[in-house]
Amino acid sequence: MSGYTARFRVWRGDVEGGGLADFEVEVNEGEVVLDIIHRLQATQAPDLAVRWNCKAGKCGSCSAEINGRPRLMCMTRMSVFTQDETITVTPLRAFPVIRDLVTDVGFNYQKAREVPAFVPPAGVGPGEYRMFQEDVDRSQEFRKCIECFLCQDTCHVVRDHEENKPAFAGPRFLMRVAELDMHPLDAADASGLDRKRTAQDEHGLGYCNITKCCTEVCPEGIHITDNALIPLKERAVDRKYDPLVWLGSKIRRRPAAG
Amino acid sequence: MATGTEPHPNSGGVRTRTRAAISAPHLRTDRWWLAPAVTAAGLFAFVVYSTWRAFANAHYYSAPYVSPFYSPCLAENCKDMPSGPNADLFGSWWAISPAIIILIFPLGFRLTCYYYRKAYYRSFWASPPACAVAEPHAKYTGETRFPLILQNIHRYFFYAALLVACVLTYDTVLSFRDTHENWGHMGLGTLVFLVNITLIWLYTLSCHSCRHIVGGKLKHFSKHPVRYKAWQFVGRLNARHMLLAWASLVSVALADFYVYLLASGVFDDPRFF
Amino acid sequence: MAAVERQQWDVVVVGAGGAGLRAAIEARERGARTAVICKSLFGKAHTVMAEGGIAAAMANVNEHDNWQVHFRDTLRGGKFLNQWRMAELHAKEAPDRVWELETWGALFDRTKDGKISQRNFGGHEYPRLAHVGDRTGLELIRTLQQKIVSLQQEDHRETGDYESRLKVFQECTVTRILKDGTRVSGVFAYERETGRFFVLEAPAVVIATGGIGKSFKVTSNSWEYTGDGHALALLAGAPLLNMEFVQFHPTGMVWPPSVKGILVTESVRGDGGVLRNSEGKRFMFDYVPDVFKEKYAESEEEGDRWYEDPDHNRRPPELLPRDEVARAINSEVKAGRGSPHGGVFLDVSTRMPAEVIRRRLPSMYHQFKELADVDITAEAMEVGPTCHYVMGGVAVDSDTAAARGVPGLFAAGEVAGGMHGSNRLGGNSLSDLLVFGRRAGWHAAEHAAGLGARPAVDDGQVDTAAAEALRPFSAESEDPDAGPPENPYTLHQELQQSMNDLVGIIRREGEMEQALERLAALRVRARRAGVEGHRQFNPGWHLALDLRNMLLVSECVARAALERTESRGGHTREDHPAMDRRWRPVNLLCRLADPTGGLAATDPVRGQITLVRENTDPVRPDLLALFEKEELVKYLAEEELYE
Repeated sequence: MSGYTARFRVWRGDVEGGGLADFEVEVNEGEVVLDIIHRLQATQAPDLAVRWNCKAGKCGSCSAEINGRPRLMCMTRMSVFTQDETITVTPLRAFPVIRDLVTDVGFNYQKAREVPAFVPPAGVGPGEYRMFQEDVDRSQEFRKCIECFLCQDTCHVVRDHEENKPAFAGPRFLMRVAELDMHPLDAADASGLDRKRTAQDEHGLGYCNITKCCTEVCPEGIHITDNALIPLKERAVDRKYDPLVWLGSKIRRRPAAG
Repeated sequence: MATGTEPHPNSGGVRTRTRAAISAPHLRTDRWWLAPAVTAAGLFAFVVYSTWRAFANAHYYSAPYVSPFYSPCLAENCKDMPSGPNADLFGSWWAISPAIIILIFPLGFRLTCYYYRKAYYRSFWASPPACAVAEPHAKYTGETRFPLILQNIHRYFFYAALLVACVLTYDTVLSFRDTHENWGHMGLGTLVFLVNITLIWLYTLSCHSCRHIVGGKLKHFSKHPVRYKAWQFVGRLNARHMLLAWASLVSVALADFYVYLLASGVFDDPRFF
Repeated sequence: MAAVERQQWDVVVVGAGGAGLRAAIEARERGARTAVICKSLFGKAHTVMAEGGIAAAMANVNEHDNWQVHFRDTLRGGKFLNQWRMAELHAKEAPDRVWELETWGALFDRTKDGKISQRNFGGHEYPRLAHVGDRTGLELIRTLQQKIVSLQQEDHRETGDYESRLKVFQECTVTRILKDGTRVSGVFAYERETGRFFVLEAPAVVIATGGIGKSFKVTSNSWEYTGDGHALALLAGAPLLNMEFVQFHPTGMVWPPSVKGILVTESVRGDGGVLRNSEGKRFMFDYVPDVFKEKYAESEEEGDRWYEDPDHNRRPPELLPRDEVARAINSEVKAGRGSPHGGVFLDVSTRMPAEVIRRRLPSMYHQFKELADVDITAEAMEVGPTCHYVMGGVAVDSDTAAARGVPGLFAAGEVAGGMHGSNRLGGNSLSDLLVFGRRAGWHAAEHAAGLGARPAVDDGQVDTAAAEALRPFSAESEDPDAGPPENPYTLHQELQQSMNDLVGIIRREGEMEQALERLAALRVRARRAGVEGHRQFNPGWHLALDLRNMLLVSECVARAALERTESRGGHTREDHPAMDRRWRPVNLLCRLADPTGGLAATDPVRGQITLVRENTDPVRPDLLALFEKEELVKYLAEEELYE
């Protein structure tokens, strides 16, 4: 394949309004969508706003929607499109737009703050942590997350329902709760914090209807739904819907409340 | 902006005021509707077939085979199945098809299954129809309130499904008899039952609740090596949960249909030995 | 000029990579109200790209490891040009810094007995790198990010405000350090999103902005690596140390163009990958230098046996130090024996079964599959040298990370010089970030607390900084006779091409002189770099402003490289191919030629930078005693040995 001219439609505008702008742009062998956006910047639209960093799928900055699908621009090869196809690039549609392809992802940073941090175990000093590989495997998978927020963007709970944003942490941060709950040395329990219960009560786990779009868009291939969200739901069931546990907690709680 | 400026749609969801002004509910160019359409068609076909068969109250036993829809058979109006899975627990007041008594359990298991939930939320509820395709509902509360909060009881259906799977295993063992209850025989139906029960077990064991119960709930696998192994095994099955869900759905329908064909006299079971 | 918003903080950290975040955590924990400013989103810093691991002598895998061995390895790697006190502190404190990460929630790969696993890496005598698969940098940045969030949660519980004592200003760029007399008084910055200017007044500023790779065409570095911190320090009056030392990693991707420069990890060769030229020859056997002759295999058979039995065979020459391999690849390509896209072949496909490759090198398998559509289990990769790291940087005090001559200014991480001497060992950068990030934060907090009155921010400086930042918008109107404004993207490409071609991996006197002339010309044109549109998230404008920094830093590299007439570590002179012991105790310091802070100087010969030679401190005798005499004579001059 040698170079050809591709038709691009790129959303340009800001919170006041905007629309899809048409471009014809050169494409060379081996390029990715981000290269084309950069070529537009260098040749046709120097003020085209776009966020990017590593260009190697490791930092999660260049998230956008390409032909309607949430993707990393740096990991979307031009060869997946036909030469006569018009390629539409828009900003993430679940978050407020700032300008062109750049959105305000502050929602995610706000949610990150709402998840209580790792609680170090009492009496275990630095250098004394002993954990076995099989015990850290699960949380390590979740820590592969590059925080591109594509899962947060695609999740219909907030994408299609702005009003759910305050109540719902989104897949990335429910996965963070799961990561901490599965951390072999997290001492949240000892500090009086029940991550399983708060997952549902404070982070909105119940909103998730496990339709797996988060897993589908994850560029790191993390099994968000199967390995984080569903296990977390099951852990919440342990706490809240297991009749024996429920009965036990009712009996024990009453005197404490009084 | 110079080109293509359009007024902000400013309705909800992706067309909320603060978001990029794009009026299309989605910009996907692929055949995103295909998967939910196929799913919906498949599930619908099964529902139609199983409703017909469950209410038919006929052609569900042809020695030595009993339809998995009617096993165990727990009412007085059950067909007589020599040393088969029938026990008159409900007595004579149960007038309609005895399949209804027992089907509630596998039905509940599948209805609350994490895979089937995804499948029907997407294909029947369109919530969402496909990733990044706007859903048509104005409000969404997920599984936070009644009735969908009941999805959390999946694991109790899993326990029930285990019992049902045991009964179906028993039925499969019985299928090594001939029509006169003599052991050591095998027919095409036996093969159909073997395939079915294998898929039923694989589907049941690959369940997310099962994965949680055998080991997923643990914080330290290193302290429970046997449960860790079990969890890994279930995990490998669980990765194919969708495939197993469909395969076992088809196989259970086929097993029933096979019995139906025998019982209604369309043909006789070919015997291998 | 419209009023510019001002805020008061105790410590301002510029940069939110490993060093910046570690500094911020330390400063906040020591009671300083701390602000962090970073160009990208919080958590996207270039540190995420680090793959290999964090070098720390914890002795989890080999019990013989200790800080002395680590120190020795570091000095050997840096060819004894390291600021030895930094290397000492680094080797001693690295284990504590790694263990501390675990108490903040980091999850490293484990040994069988539950400790942090450590892996082998080039130049390290023992398995020493704490790692998480091949994404150690991500783990580091995420752990520090989450520690910052946990401190903010603490503040929220106490004050009701997450950002009362520790705030991250993300997607903001600092363009000037402000001063009150000689002392630091704050920073001038703009918000990328809105283009709005603001001033953070602070008596202590920590620079932790990373490197300079974006001045080169082929680089593994991200867009942020425009040498901002180097330039800010220079402009604030602090000198830069040994800027000629730039590490070129031998194996970067060369195809497709969009990913040219992206790193192919050293583990590919460590696990059995071999380098071949277009004739199919394993050329590295022809490039073993005399000093390494006894340590490397002479035949392919012997080299191949080493992977199974390293005790009785010598290692294959593919595993020579990075600089040697990079030079060899460069020579092969120049001799016309390169691959179709100007690299050489790195092949694992004929060396291991496909399934083993996928298991041992998962991210490389995916990187090539997804970015280049190359299946490395079936065909060879094409690789070539890529600009990776700058050893030179802000000259700092070893113990406090304080920049020389500017009270209140600190620097840590890649932007600080000295620690790695002339060449950095793999794994030493992440530990460097933690050790000196902490020290910078600590001493910045102490400096801020120890001051009687806060230094004042001068309105004149703020106005000048604002005018400088707005210049690209009025490039056209300023001098209509000079022609249309310059496109900043074009200028950037020309700068990268010049540096790559003329001050790249192999350097020659004439080419570097030519580079200085080109830089001077670019400098003149850069003053007319103009941009369209407005200040809201305008990448053309951002680049136009970054050009100033890249031009300054590039000149430092070129000037210092021209001056040092020897080859050592990350500095290779074709006209002076040998290491020269007389250059060992010599540091080259870059300073601004016009210290008034203006950047008017456009004389190509004089330029903006003046070079100063300086003698290094003699190595402390007890540290010198860690080496055998026979080894020391290779590096040190006669008079240094007998001091």
